[in-house]
Amino acid sequence: MSTRYLLLDVAPLGGEATDVLLADGVIAVIGEDAQAQAGDDATVLDCHGLVLLPGLVDLHTHLREPGREDAETIRSGTRAAALGGFTAVHAMANTTPTQDTAGVVEQVWRLGREAGWVDVHPVGAVTVGLEGERLAELGAMAESQAQVRVFSDDGKCVHDPVVMRRALEYVKAFDGVVAQHAQEPRLTEGAQMHEGVVSAELGLAGWPAVAEEAIIARDVLLAEHVGSRLHVCHLSTAGSVEIIRWAKSRGIDVTAEVTPHHLILTDELARGYDPVYKVNPPLRTQRDVEAVRAGLEDGTIDIVATDHAPHTREDKDCEWAAAAFGMTGLETALSVVQETMVDTGRMTWADVARVLSTAPARIGRVSDHGRPIAVGEPANLVLVDPAARRTVEPEQQATKSVNSPFRGRDLSGCVIATFLRGRATVLDGSPCDESVVVSR
Amino acid sequence: MRHLLSTADLDVAEAVRILDTAGQMAATQAREIKKLPTLRGRTVVNLFFEDSTRTRISFETAAKRLSADVINFSAKGSSVSKGESLKDTALTLQAMGADAVVIRHHASGAPHTLAHGGWTTGSVVNAGDGTHQHPTQALLDAYTLRRHLVGDGGRADVSGRDLTGLRVAIVGDVLHSRVARSNVQLLHTLGAEVTLVAPPTLVPVGVEAWPARVSYHLDEAIADDKPDAIMMLRVQRERMSSAGGGFFPSPLEYTRGYGLDARRLASLPEHAIVLHPGPMNRGLEISADAADSSRAVIVEQVANGVAVRMAVLYLLLAGGDAPTSSQPGTTNETKVDA
Amino acid sequence: MSTGMSASTDGRSDGQSHGTSDDANVVLGAPEIGRALTRIAHEILERNKGGSDVVLLGIPTRGLPLARRLAARLVAVEAGLEVDGLVGSLDVTMYRDDLAHHPTRTIGATDIPGSGIDDKVVVLVDDVLFSGRTIRAALDAISDLGRPRAVQLAALVDRGHRELPIRADFVGKNLPTALYERVRVLLDETDGRDAVLIEGGAR
Repeated sequence: MSTRYLLLDVAPLGGEATDVLLADGVIAVIGEDAQAQAGDDATVLDCHGLVLLPGLVDLHTHLREPGREDAETIRSGTRAAALGGFTAVHAMANTTPTQDTAGVVEQVWRLGREAGWVDVHPVGAVTVGLEGERLAELGAMAESQAQVRVFSDDGKCVHDPVVMRRALEYVKAFDGVVAQHAQEPRLTEGAQMHEGVVSAELGLAGWPAVAEEAIIARDVLLAEHVGSRLHVCHLSTAGSVEIIRWAKSRGIDVTAEVTPHHLILTDELARGYDPVYKVNPPLRTQRDVEAVRAGLEDGTIDIVATDHAPHTREDKDCEWAAAAFGMTGLETALSVVQETMVDTGRMTWADVARVLSTAPARIGRVSDHGRPIAVGEPANLVLVDPAARRTVEPEQQATKSVNSPFRGRDLSGCVIATFLRGRATVLDGSPCDESVVVSR
Repeated sequence: MRHLLSTADLDVAEAVRILDTAGQMAATQAREIKKLPTLRGRTVVNLFFEDSTRTRISFETAAKRLSADVINFSAKGSSVSKGESLKDTALTLQAMGADAVVIRHHASGAPHTLAHGGWTTGSVVNAGDGTHQHPTQALLDAYTLRRHLVGDGGRADVSGRDLTGLRVAIVGDVLHSRVARSNVQLLHTLGAEVTLVAPPTLVPVGVEAWPARVSYHLDEAIADDKPDAIMMLRVQRERMSSAGGGFFPSPLEYTRGYGLDARRLASLPEHAIVLHPGPMNRGLEISADAADSSRAVIVEQVANGVAVRMAVLYLLLAGGDAPTSSQPGTTNETKVDA
Repeated sequence: MSTGMSASTDGRSDGQSHGTSDDANVVLGAPEIGRALTRIAHEILERNKGGSDVVLLGIPTRGLPLARRLAARLVAVEAGLEVDGLVGSLDVTMYRDDLAHHPTRTIGATDIPGSGIDDKVVVLVDDVLFSGRTIRAALDAISDLGRPRAVQLAALVDRGHRELPIRADFVGKNLPTALYERVRVLLDETDGRDAVLIEGGAR
């Protein structure tokens, strides 16, 4: 039995309000006819004041399974993703074992399907064990059931220029993309936070902006040289924005992402030595925050990706240097983008759809997500209440971990409902019953 | 004052009060009976995650002279190298009833985490954390500077005085030095002018926000600033190796550029004094001539360290919260703050 | 954190204003204080058969000027004495038993005359004698400094309500008080005028 949903008075992409009928997994009707064709069994949602967006696509999620199920599982992480408005996520490769073989990526893909909250697209490791030395079997992963198109050693940088060149070239065969975690390793040995005024005072080893920018500069030139496409993960500095802008002006096929936290938080937060603010790349300065916002606004930065990085309490409840890098983000990403870009008038909801759905789907070569809101398209959608305000309580979130940097903070906007192929995964802001979700 | 984590937390009145209290403590240490009953029944834990016999002994002596019970907890070793153990150790100490935890840790900010992690209710004294802070070292340096350079060369009563107008050069590995960070902030608070002298590789990015001048040339700094005091920082030989960061080409070149030798000592103003937090690398940052000269107050720094740490422990531990309802019999007849 | 001098009170040390309030009764004025000190000075000399072995240790804040005034009177009466050799200051802060019940106290100076206190007669000088706990602390402090032949106690005012078996050898004025009252001693050296006040009687 497939449920039909009638969305009344909803604003697609924040535009003019209309009615939308979801049936048989697709958008069946848009406009006046929707009510008439709904039939008696349709679930009617009064969507006055709500914005309808294509389901969000995260190009950068750490689901931790296999290996660190104490921090997150595919089930808990994808449920968090659905609550955050996502219908597809890319699961990063730094699991244990590493997602560097067809077997492991297929396992992740299958677990994602079984969970049923969102579509899970495994990211394949570029090199065996993320060691940066030998290419993993990229072709096998691409041809597996998981259909891997995004390859990344995220958490580590593919620092060897020859290995990076080979990877960029090799993935062309199956239209893949290398997503680079840009971090020059020698310049960041022992690095704990952004190198600058605050690190100098706190006595924490610095992670200089140049360590990111130097790798990005090298990689765009490599991509140009071999005619490959390149994706730059979690760009964080003003200089990185400049380099990407320059590369795009030269016609280099590069895309870039920024995380929600780099759009709003700065290194000043390290002053309390609370490791919840320890992240890689590190929180930068206010000037960098301004630059990445401007870059997202003018299209230099293509997408927002969460870099959702759950960690157990024991990995964060300790002194700064011993703590793990990373923060959760799936359930706060859309709010941060709304607050920093929409509420400030810098972006429209159509732009939000682009940076959080259309563009990441295109980069990841995910064909059935990030589609236009049009009749016949798969009903992968999210309903957002932009007027709502909520206080972030990590303990109340669906992710297993509580390392949210937004604890106690009031954020704009709230996900009301998420639909995956016409089936509600989230309704009234709450996850739908798991048995309903999983039935297919 | 609830904790002593960083000299940045001290305003000038608080800093001077610590120095004044240290002065009174030093006076008691000249007596035949050096032990005071002041902190009887209080427990001070020395929690050292990093070897530092000198600092531990100094704190231990200070606490014992004030009759506190002292527990030494050496947490160095592989079993407690992970952060989780800081929490567990703190909980253990809390269960033991520690009134103060003196912590030395290799990680910057660990004392801060201990003080604010909700793991312990005692006062936390930072005895050196990573490359962040070593506030009691800076306080004993300031105490030593005040004794020698303020008033009449140590004879006049200097209580209540700060260090206004004094010029201090801090020379060496500023990048890795918690002593330098603590001193820059405290000396600035107390009104002194600080010049940092180091090769550019050993000056942190971001130093421009510090209340200090930076010079890359020791001879120039001495000639231009005519410092009243020069503080030599310890330089670790391994810093020159590639694995250690390759901060300078050779110990010899470092010594030529930044070592304090007899010639440079002679070029200092006549009244200038020489400080070193110890332990010294004789022949690297300081020559034997300089270290053993009459201008060096390095041994006195050690003695002053005990008085300053007594003062800190007294100010953190002796007082309680003001009583809400006073029993006349027990609270009367008090001298308000005599 | 106040570091300045403020008036000695026998009440709560809660940092409230020490200005003279309207309900304060002046029980001793400058002339009476002067006469009391003169009498005490003579009693000290009489009791100790001269002043040659006497050391006057004032307890800060106001015991110290009182000790100086007493010393000046001893010097005036007996030839061969000089004030500096007679007077010292004894801070008892670090010997108190009630430190934990108050905000942290600033430690005062302890200054013993050059000749020391061994085999001397130490006369402790304080402004108000009340529970006796300050004097107990002073006795402990003295025993860490040396071994006097005898310790005696001079107080400008004894207001009663002792909590320890301590009594004064020399008293300027016995002042029966209620526990809720506050006795304040003002001295020219510290407060700009000489007076002893009782406050809080109207409560």
